[in-house]
Amino acid sequence: MFKLEARQEPSRFWVYGAPVLALLLTVLVGIALFIALGKNPLRGLEMFFWQPIKSTYALGELAVKATPLLLIALGLSVCFRSNVMNIGAEGQYVIGAVFASGVALLAEKTTGSWIVLPILLAGIAGGMAWATVTAVLRDFFNANEILVSLMLVYVALQILGFLVGGPWMDPGGFNFPQTKTFEAGTHIPKLIAGSRMTIGVLLALVGSAVLWVFLFRTRAGFALQVGGIAPAAARYAGFSSRQALWIALMISGGSAGLAGALEVAGPIGQLSGFLPAGYGFAAIIVVYVGRLHPIGMVFSALLMSMFYIGGEMAQSRLGLTKSLTGVFQGLLLFSLLACDTLVNYSVKYKRAA
Amino acid sequence: MIQPRLQLTGITKAYPGVVANSNVSLTVMPGETHAVLGENGAGKSTLMKIIYGSVKPDAGEMRLNGQPVQIRNPREARANGISMVFQHFNLFDTMTVAENVWLGLARESLEQVTASIIAKANEYGLDIDPQRPVHTLSVGEMQRVEIIRALLTRPELLILDEPTSVLTPQAVEKLFVVLKKLASEGCSILYISHKLHEIRELCTACTVLRGGKVTGVCNPQQESNASLSRLMIGAEPPQLEHHVRQAGESRLTVRQLSLPREDQFGVDLEGISLDVRAGEVVGIAGVSGNGQKELLYALSGEDCRSPAGSIRMGNRDVSGLHPGSRRKLGLHFVPEERLGRGAVPTLSLAHNLMLTRNDALSSPKFAGGWIQVKKLEAQASAIIRGFNVKAAGPRAMAKSLSGGNLQKFIVGREIDARPTLFIVSQPTWGVDVGAAAQIRGEILALRDAGCAVLVVSEELEELFEVSDRLHVIARGRLSPSIAMKDATVEKIGEWMSGLWDKSGRAAEVQHV
Repeated sequence: MFKLEARQEPSRFWVYGAPVLALLLTVLVGIALFIALGKNPLRGLEMFFWQPIKSTYALGELAVKATPLLLIALGLSVCFRSNVMNIGAEGQYVIGAVFASGVALLAEKTTGSWIVLPILLAGIAGGMAWATVTAVLRDFFNANEILVSLMLVYVALQILGFLVGGPWMDPGGFNFPQTKTFEAGTHIPKLIAGSRMTIGVLLALVGSAVLWVFLFRTRAGFALQVGGIAPAAARYAGFSSRQALWIALMISGGSAGLAGALEVAGPIGQLSGFLPAGYGFAAIIVVYVGRLHPIGMVFSALLMSMFYIGGEMAQSRLGLTKSLTGVFQGLLLFSLLACDTLVNYSVKYKRAA
Repeated sequence: MIQPRLQLTGITKAYPGVVANSNVSLTVMPGETHAVLGENGAGKSTLMKIIYGSVKPDAGEMRLNGQPVQIRNPREARANGISMVFQHFNLFDTMTVAENVWLGLARESLEQVTASIIAKANEYGLDIDPQRPVHTLSVGEMQRVEIIRALLTRPELLILDEPTSVLTPQAVEKLFVVLKKLASEGCSILYISHKLHEIRELCTACTVLRGGKVTGVCNPQQESNASLSRLMIGAEPPQLEHHVRQAGESRLTVRQLSLPREDQFGVDLEGISLDVRAGEVVGIAGVSGNGQKELLYALSGEDCRSPAGSIRMGNRDVSGLHPGSRRKLGLHFVPEERLGRGAVPTLSLAHNLMLTRNDALSSPKFAGGWIQVKKLEAQASAIIRGFNVKAAGPRAMAKSLSGGNLQKFIVGREIDARPTLFIVSQPTWGVDVGAAAQIRGEILALRDAGCAVLVVSEELEELFEVSDRLHVIARGRLSPSIAMKDATVEKIGEWMSGLWDKSGRAAEVQHV
């Protein structure tokens, strides 16, 4: 009979080992899944783990999808570390994209690329504005931020749908729910010619470094985290919990909004009803697989991006449903939560009495 | 030869990382009141749980009246004549005394139970009305209910776990009368405590535990406090020196502070007035749950709803200030709860410094300040050295320290800030004797250096040792202060039940 025994202190090995073991379990279940679907498991794994990294172009695509994931995850990790459970990053991402598109649509053929900065700032402002709704309801009416932020995602989706299907719809767009293509001046500068990668990749990496400094080297970051782990200690120290709520929601709203702006003015180039791809929710998994650590999240964002691309590959090459992406993401989070038990418990084998 | 009532031999129980009991032997004779003495963490509770059947030992033998027994659960313990009164009561607030007792004895009718409660109560002088709902009882009365419930099973062995920690001195005396009568009738009593004077008054035998091992068996009535604590901690606690000093100007002035409770189980503060002057230690005594928590929240600023003008530091009205602002004015506070309030359990000692200290921060304008990790760790190391904290180093997690060592670190952190007003709650609660003596010494040193000190404690002995003046808090009201030379345990005990009006009026008038 196996028994779980509480460890005296958390195992350092398993803090890092658990995500690796979780990935391994995800792969194993994935293999079983491919076999059950009657597909060659090696081909299946190839789609998820080899195709996304096999060429420079593929790596570029990997980075394109990892960028919004990482940006949103960085902000969310601040929220989760301060125990503000913002589940609505998807909505903040969408409204950020809407605000950015509002600016981008003002551009004319002759507008210079200086407009990129206002576009990005508008995106940040949009994300913050949407997070403000949650913060106000939480702060002044003590509403549960999990429910409020989640419900606001659906409100944001309706706003997006209304705009791209109504006032902002491209008159020459055959009634597709999308705006006209943004003018050339609005395009976020590319990182490498021939790739879809933009300077957004750099922004995300710089963001990760800045977050590390904020969390581990500033008193404000420290105060925020104490509020999350030990609210009574934060109260004793005199750290304001209201301030923490606002800082956390503004950072995560702003970074989600920035991700939205980078997406519409970058790889997509227009505001479309198909913009929401679940990045805001997938980023929650990125945060936890990356251990809420700014550097860890860089790797987990790449991993989740692989799953996105792998799912599309499996659809186009193997004729499998794209929902596989979600299945893999879910499997990974599920295995990780299970493997996390090993951090605080050791497995002992005991003969049944 | 008389058979011992209870005989334990070679009891061993190990938990991962700690041996709670190692080869412990214990012999209790019929009619004997046997003390089990030891510091927190010495293994007393584990041993009692083994006797009561709620923990299974890894090795060892237990005999009752000479017969080897295997007690697998508390029900079997009760069937074998063992009863236990826990430190925390197991009573339902909304039910009456009789109904609570009845719960454990389903075979009798409620009327029978009521009758037997009255009979037992009369027999032992445990005055209680079976019809009263439990939530209307005082803590001492609740304990009586627990004792009556234990006695109804006609135990041959009664275990009491720290029974006096919640009682006023008068209630303790009443309890001792009952226990002495029980013992005279042949019931054996196991009395767990770390209060030496109680054990010397009540018990005729004593087993001392230290680090899970028996370090001595003796008759406490033939021992001195010093020799008992030598057995308990391996050393004699240093004697404190308390010099009489002239107090200076008032550093903390509280006038007519009334504050409605913040949570529904709290206590309303009513018209509290208090002065703490430079160079004196003011103590606040009282049974827990009488408003200490609420008063400390108001004084520290964690609850800053206090009406304007009610709390002043020097000439400054601080009633509405947050803890950080009050700290800047020189107030440092050590709360009762160490883990989770005084320190963040999962953060390092160095990081825990930043809860109340800003010395290792540079450029304060930049995101609240830049953390200089090296300087922070050096500062933590200095406190660890200066206050004899046993810790792996400045990076050790707060929760990895024992209660006493963490308390030394927190007290050290606050004292090291050179406060002008120092407030400490339960400075030595759950702290071993050696560390307690050190902490009390630090408090007195701080006072001698001219700091104003306020100590809130439930341990009268401690307050008598360190205070210059004493207040008592009861039901959210604060008694007038009494100079230490006029204070007696009897008088303070009386005040602890809220009865100071008759004797206190005069003092109050004098004070204002």
